[in-house]
Amino acid sequence: MGKIKLLQGNEACAEGALYAGCTFFGGYPITPSTEVAEFMARRLPQIGGAFLQMEDEIAAMAAVIGGSLAGSKALTATSGPGFSLKQENMGFAMLTEIPCVIVNVMRGGPSTGVPTGPGQSDIMQCKWGTHGDHPVICLTPAYVQEIFTETVRAFNLSEKYRTPVIIAFDEIVGHMRERIEIPDPGVLPVVNRTKPTCPPSEYLPYDDSKGDVPPMANFFEGYRYHVTGLNHGTDGFPVNASPRIHTDELRLIRKVEGNKKDIVKFEEYQLADAEVAIFAYGVSGRSAKTAVEAARKEGIKAGLFRPLTIWPFPEEQVAALSKRVKAIIVPELSLGQIIFEVDRCSKGRCGIEGIYRVDGDPITPAQILAKVKEVK
Amino acid sequence: MAFNYDQYIRGGKLPHIWCPGCTYGIVFKSLLRVVDTLKLNRDDIALVSGIGCASRLPGYVDFNTLHTTHGRALGFATGIKMAKPDKHVLVVSGDGDATAIGGNHFIHACRRNIDITVLVFNNYIYGMTGGQYSPTTPLGHMATTMPYGNIDPSFNIPELAKGAGASFVARGTAYHAAGLDRLIVEAIQHKGLSVVEIINACPTTHGRRNKFKSPTDQLLWMKDTFLPAVAFEKLPPEKTAGKLPMGVLYKKEGLPEYCETYYGLVERLKKQKEGRAQER
Amino acid sequence: MSGRYEIRFSGSGGQGLILAGVIFAEAATIFDKKTAVQSQSYGPEARGGASKSEVIISDTAIDFPKATEIDLMLALTPEACMKYYKDIKPNGILLVDEDFVKETPEGTFKVVRLPIIRTASEEIGKAFVANIVAIGAIAALTGQVTIESVEKAVLSRVPKGTEELNKKALMAGYALAKNTEKEKAR
Repeated sequence: MGKIKLLQGNEACAEGALYAGCTFFGGYPITPSTEVAEFMARRLPQIGGAFLQMEDEIAAMAAVIGGSLAGSKALTATSGPGFSLKQENMGFAMLTEIPCVIVNVMRGGPSTGVPTGPGQSDIMQCKWGTHGDHPVICLTPAYVQEIFTETVRAFNLSEKYRTPVIIAFDEIVGHMRERIEIPDPGVLPVVNRTKPTCPPSEYLPYDDSKGDVPPMANFFEGYRYHVTGLNHGTDGFPVNASPRIHTDELRLIRKVEGNKKDIVKFEEYQLADAEVAIFAYGVSGRSAKTAVEAARKEGIKAGLFRPLTIWPFPEEQVAALSKRVKAIIVPELSLGQIIFEVDRCSKGRCGIEGIYRVDGDPITPAQILAKVKEVK
Repeated sequence: MAFNYDQYIRGGKLPHIWCPGCTYGIVFKSLLRVVDTLKLNRDDIALVSGIGCASRLPGYVDFNTLHTTHGRALGFATGIKMAKPDKHVLVVSGDGDATAIGGNHFIHACRRNIDITVLVFNNYIYGMTGGQYSPTTPLGHMATTMPYGNIDPSFNIPELAKGAGASFVARGTAYHAAGLDRLIVEAIQHKGLSVVEIINACPTTHGRRNKFKSPTDQLLWMKDTFLPAVAFEKLPPEKTAGKLPMGVLYKKEGLPEYCETYYGLVERLKKQKEGRAQER
Repeated sequence: MSGRYEIRFSGSGGQGLILAGVIFAEAATIFDKKTAVQSQSYGPEARGGASKSEVIISDTAIDFPKATEIDLMLALTPEACMKYYKDIKPNGILLVDEDFVKETPEGTFKVVRLPIIRTASEEIGKAFVANIVAIGAIAALTGQVTIESVEKAVLSRVPKGTEELNKKALMAGYALAKNTEKEKAR
C-alpha cells in the first residue's frame, strides 16, 4: 500500500513527475497550472533538484531542454498563452530529440480568454502548435489518480522515444481534489533514456542505422557532440537541401506513429453492445461516463470511448467503432476540434454529433444524455 | 611555436560560413586560445548559441555545443548551468540575438547573476538575413530596413548589462585581439554573469553600405574609436566625442551567484532534515 | 445518481470556503473511506467576489465532478446565496448565516438559519474560524461524515498552534445545528 492522499490534479501531476525521477522544473506562473510550479518549488530543493522560475515561458521551455540535455528529467507546466509561447522551443526539442514533459492545464478562450475556467480548445495546438512536420505524443488524463500515473507514463515515453511529451488536462481536473494512492517506489515502471555504449569517437547522436531512436549522450559525459535546431545529419551537423532531411523527418514521425501499439491508451466503457458511442476525454469524458450510466438505466445502449492518448490519435480504434455503432457523440469544451479527427477516422460510416461548450462550465451528463436520446 | 588551433576544431567542419572580411574568425581564435590558457577540460564546457552568424561558432569547436533558437541561448544555458553547476557554460550571441529578440533573457540572466560567460558579437547589423538594422545600429546608418538612414536609437550593451545586474562587464574589439584574450580569460574566471561585448565588422551587409571602403577601414575605425577605459576616463569631455572605452568596464566581486545561492539552500534544507531525523 | 450527496460551500473569497470543502472531502475520503471529489470555481480576485467550493460524496466512483442537484448549500453572503442557490434540489437544504443573509430565495428547499459568523467571532473570539463553525454545522445537518473524522481532517489542515481554537469552532458549529434540530423535534 502506498501513500494515501487527497490531492489536486495539479499536485498529483507534480507527484507523478517526482515518482518518474524528475529533478528539474522550469516554469512561469500562469493560471490554472501554477500549483504544479508551486509544488515543485517546495519539493525540488528538498531532494537536490533544480527549480527555476524563468522570465517567461519561452525561457522556461529553453531551460527545461537545457536541463534535460545536461542529464536531468525535466518538466514544465503552463496554460493557454504560456503554451503558445512554448511552441517555438517545443519544436526545437522535437527536432533535436531531447526528452522533456510539458503540462498544459487547459483554460478557456483564445488570447487571455477565461483563465479560471476549463477548456479543451488547445487540443489541435498540442498537435500542430509548433511549425513544421513533427512528432507529437499527448496524453489526456481525467482523474487525479490518472494524472499521477499518466505523468509517470509521459516521462517514460519521453525518455524511451527521445521526444517531448505533452500532458493536456483541463482546469477542472487540474484543480479538483480526489483521493489518490501514491505507489511505493518500484511499483510503477520508470524508464530512463538509452545512453550510447560506443566510444565517444564513434558516437553519432542521430544515427538511425540501428533503429528509429538513437541512443542519447548527456552533455559533460565525454561525448562532445553538436546539437542544432537546423535539420542535421547523423553526426548532428547541419545539412542543407539534402535527401537526408526528408528521410530524417519521416523517421521522427515514425518514432511515434510506428509505435502506436505502445503509446496509444484508452478506456472503453460499456462499448461492447453499444449502439451510440461517446468519444470524450478529460472532464468531458467524466461527464460522458455519468451520462452512459444514466442512459443504461433507461435501457439505452450507450458506451464511452475515452482516450488517454489523444496524439497519436487512436485512428484504428475509432475506425473500428464507427463500423459498429449508429453514431458517435463528441462532447468537447471547444467549438469543435477533436470531432474532426473522429469524423476523419469514421469515414462516413456512422453519424457524428458534436456537443460544444465554451462558457466556463463543463458539459453536463444531462446535455450528453439528451443528445444520446436524440440520435439513438 | 605557433598555437595549434586544430586541437580544438572539429575535423571536417571548416571552412566556416563567415564572409571574407568578417572579423568573427579573430574572436573564434581568441576563444580557443583562452580555453587553452585556462586549461579548461573540453568535456566540461558547454558552448551555447542562438541564431545568427556568431551563433554558428559552436559547430566548429570540439566542446559540448548547442545551437538553439533565436535569442534563447541564455534560457538553454541557464538550464544547463542549474542542472550541472560545476561546469563551464559559455554563450556566444550577436547584437540582435542578445539584445532584440533575446533582450528579455539577456537582462534576466544579468539580474540572476548566474555564472555564465556571455560573448556578444556586436557588428551593428543583422548580417545573416542580409543587413537589416539591429538595436545597436548607429543613428543615420543605412540598413535594408532603414533605407533612408536609421532613426531607431541604440542600446549601449555594457550599460544595459551593468544596469541589469551583471557583475562583470567588458568590451573588446576584433582589432585589439590580444587584449580580447585577456578580457575573455577574466570573464570566464569571474564568478557570476559576465558579459563581454566584442566589436566586430560586417563588411558585406554593414560596412560597404556605410562608407567603409574595405574591411580594413572598419578595423581602422575600431583602432581609432576604442580607447582603454583608463585612458578614456582621463580625457576631458570635449575630447571624448566619437570615442568609446574598452577593457573591463565594471566588475563587482562577492555578489551572490545564483547557483551557489540555490544549492546553498539545498544544503540548508538537507541539514535541517538530518537535524530533525536526529531529534527523533 | 443515487448514493450521491452534493454540498456547495459559498460566500466571499477569503472566507476559507475552499479550505472548508477540502477538509470536508478529506474527512469523507481519507478518514471515512468514502469516495469524494472536491472542486471549486472562483473569479480572478483572491479576496472578495462570490466564491464557491463543492464536495460530492458517494459510496461508488464519482465521474461527473460538479454539483448540479445540490443536497446542501451553505451561503455566508447574500451575493453568493442569490448567485448559486438555483441548483439546490427539491427538499435540499439551504444553510445561511442568519445575520448576513437576511433574505433567502423562494424554493422547494428547506432553509436553515444559523449564527455562524457570530458564533465564530463572539463565542470563539476569531471571525476567521467561521468556515470551521460551518463545517461542524454541515457535518451535523448532513450526517455524511462522522464528527470524529471531520475533527481529524480539521487538525491535519489548520496551522500549528490553532488546533484547540479550531476544534472548539468545529464543536460549536456542530452543537448549533444539533440544537436547532432538537428545537424542531420539540
